[in-house]
Amino acid sequence: MAEYTSILDWINFGDPYENPFTPFLSDNLPYDICYGLWEIIGGTIAWLINLLFPGNPVSEWLVCDQVLVVFALVLFMLVIFIVAFVVVLLNLWMERKVLGRLMDRRGTMIGMKGFLQCVADGLKTFMKENTIPAKVDKMTYIWCVSLIVGLSCFVACMVPLSDRWYVVNYDTGLLIIMAFYALAPFFILVSGWAQNNKYSLIGGIRAAELMISYEVPMLIIIATISLLAGSFNINDIVAMQDTIWNVIPMALGFIVFFFCAIAECERPPFDIAEAETELVEGWQTEYAGMKWGLIMLGDYLRGSVSCGMVAIMFLGGWTIPVFGGTGLPEIVFLIKAWFVFFLMILVRGAIARVRPDQILNLGWKVFMPLAVFNLAIAVFLKVGGFY
Amino acid sequence: MADSLVPVLEAQEKMDTDKMWVIWGPQHPFSHGLWTLKLKIDGEFCVDADPIVGYLHRGWEKETENRDYARIIPMTDRLCYCASMTYSHLYCMTVEKALGIDIPEKAKYIRIVADEVCRIQSHLMWLAAVGTDMGNLTVFLWAMREREYFLDLNVKLCGARMTTNYPRIGGVRNDTTPLFDRDILRTVDRFEKAMWDIIYLIDDSSVFVSRMRKISYLTREQCANMGLTGPAMRGCGVDFDIRRDDPYDNYDKVDFEVPVLNKDTKVGDTYDRYMIRIEEMFQSCDIIRQAVKKIEAIGKNAPYRIKTPTKVPAGTTFGRLEDPRGESIMYLASDGTDKPYRLKVRSPIFTNVSCSKVMCEGVRIADVPAVLAQIDMCLGETDR
Repeated sequence: MAEYTSILDWINFGDPYENPFTPFLSDNLPYDICYGLWEIIGGTIAWLINLLFPGNPVSEWLVCDQVLVVFALVLFMLVIFIVAFVVVLLNLWMERKVLGRLMDRRGTMIGMKGFLQCVADGLKTFMKENTIPAKVDKMTYIWCVSLIVGLSCFVACMVPLSDRWYVVNYDTGLLIIMAFYALAPFFILVSGWAQNNKYSLIGGIRAAELMISYEVPMLIIIATISLLAGSFNINDIVAMQDTIWNVIPMALGFIVFFFCAIAECERPPFDIAEAETELVEGWQTEYAGMKWGLIMLGDYLRGSVSCGMVAIMFLGGWTIPVFGGTGLPEIVFLIKAWFVFFLMILVRGAIARVRPDQILNLGWKVFMPLAVFNLAIAVFLKVGGFY
Repeated sequence: MADSLVPVLEAQEKMDTDKMWVIWGPQHPFSHGLWTLKLKIDGEFCVDADPIVGYLHRGWEKETENRDYARIIPMTDRLCYCASMTYSHLYCMTVEKALGIDIPEKAKYIRIVADEVCRIQSHLMWLAAVGTDMGNLTVFLWAMREREYFLDLNVKLCGARMTTNYPRIGGVRNDTTPLFDRDILRTVDRFEKAMWDIIYLIDDSSVFVSRMRKISYLTREQCANMGLTGPAMRGCGVDFDIRRDDPYDNYDKVDFEVPVLNKDTKVGDTYDRYMIRIEEMFQSCDIIRQAVKKIEAIGKNAPYRIKTPTKVPAGTTFGRLEDPRGESIMYLASDGTDKPYRLKVRSPIFTNVSCSKVMCEGVRIADVPAVLAQIDMCLGETDR
């Protein structure tokens, strides 16, 4: 430190592209956009301030490298959240419309082919009174929402839209997604206990048992895919499907993983945790207004992440085998994820809710052996030299 | 180590902490109407159930004592919005019996047609409720869609969708409207085809069947002892239908077969109680076709209503009829004036819902909506 000008000089960010503490490399498109955006916005603001108060330290501070990184990160978070939010809203809209068509009705019809209904519903939950029942364990009750929703957001951050649109690019990408998935049941169980309500308690226990049992076959399938790819990294798994999608050799695994994904995000027909004819709303019974809206948002985030995982592991992610790369890999990926979600909606429309004991039987006695069998196929393929 | 655990285990056996009462209702998504089901659960299993009804008590029976006979008919529609036609029919039939009059042939057949339309739309309402209870909303909306066509028939016949106010003491209010027979035959044909869509969707779905099969067995003796009537009883092997065994209003001149399941084993589970209603709907279509032909044969200008005295001679009369939900009975005590001294209604559901303790014992919590959906709950007539 030759010249001391501000306290921020003590924190040496240096060049953002060579900084070991920043996981964002230059090929991260949203970060690049945000970096450029703040260069323009911050530069303009600094120029304006400098116009009014020439030679002040604030304007210089605003355009220095370190502040540029900080504000670029803030904008980056905003962009990622907005994209995730829009994807969730589109999922919600698609579910309502497709389910409506299945049931011989039109679905929502308010504004932009019914899309604005989702926005209105979201706003409505935020406008509602934030009631907390008298006899709940307040600390746990409130913190569990934050933790469950926060975990869902974490999971959503782990799924890239393409090799240039991601938050972090870990070598253990799939494992980290599963790790965050596996944390949720504990908080659901605790929140079910904290609400001092029998429906919530039963719902919490059911949710926990369901998620824990279905994570086992899911993990085995993930092991299968990473065995073929030789890596847990999402980019590697997508890159390995450039000739043939995994869904063709691993059709069994695709089916198992698809149903496990439905169970994992508690969607019908596996929604025993919030079976409304038995448990009113399950473990969400006592959550009202904004808290419930956040939980729903988290649920749909988990749903879209599950679809994204199916698309990454079995449908080639953002690549198309014959054409190779496309100009807009993000859109290709989202279309595949939405197709998986469409299948989930079809399942929801066609099948009645499954009983808890039947679900557990299915998970442990059918999907589990099938997953292991699928692993055996993968080993055979690997040893046979097909991969 | 093992020895030290023994007192703990003994204490655990003595403690009654693992069973708890869960109260479903009166405002619960599963209770179609205002009633409460208290369930004692042991883990996932129900060990006891206690239905509580009466939230909707309107003093119906007392209110009838202040009205003259003709003005009770609109009230009978309000007993159950799904079975308004059968209840009006039952009331008019009982009063006719008390008066000792015979109504025109045409009115009898029109009543049969109206009753069977009512039965089909009531069963479709039940099917919709089964759909929501089982978590399959598609069934709900498809069944409601089919039900609309039968409500349209009600509109065509008498101008109202649900509270029809159609039967009269001494006949029916009006003749069949023009093209009614054409419309009803078309609707029935269409319904029989459309019904297969729903059957493919749920009866052929192994998930749906596995939810219904092998739970909540009821034997024939249990049905008799508890007073269970209607389709639920016929699903358990009891071959009894008032339309055939104690015929009223020309049901004896219509050729039909009462669907009964498990005649040999005399034990039925929830799926049988479900299946019997589906078969009954097809049977009702046959009855409608025959009755419409009979109406055509009688001719256009035949009488459909006769004049009746306003005062009913003193005495007691007992009328009963096969309601979509079971056996409805009206017991009329008249004192020679134009108002009834007492009119007692026996609601089939009031008796059927009292069986919920037996039906729910030993099933899982998740099965309870499936089991109790077969009662086809309607609170208007239960609480009266």
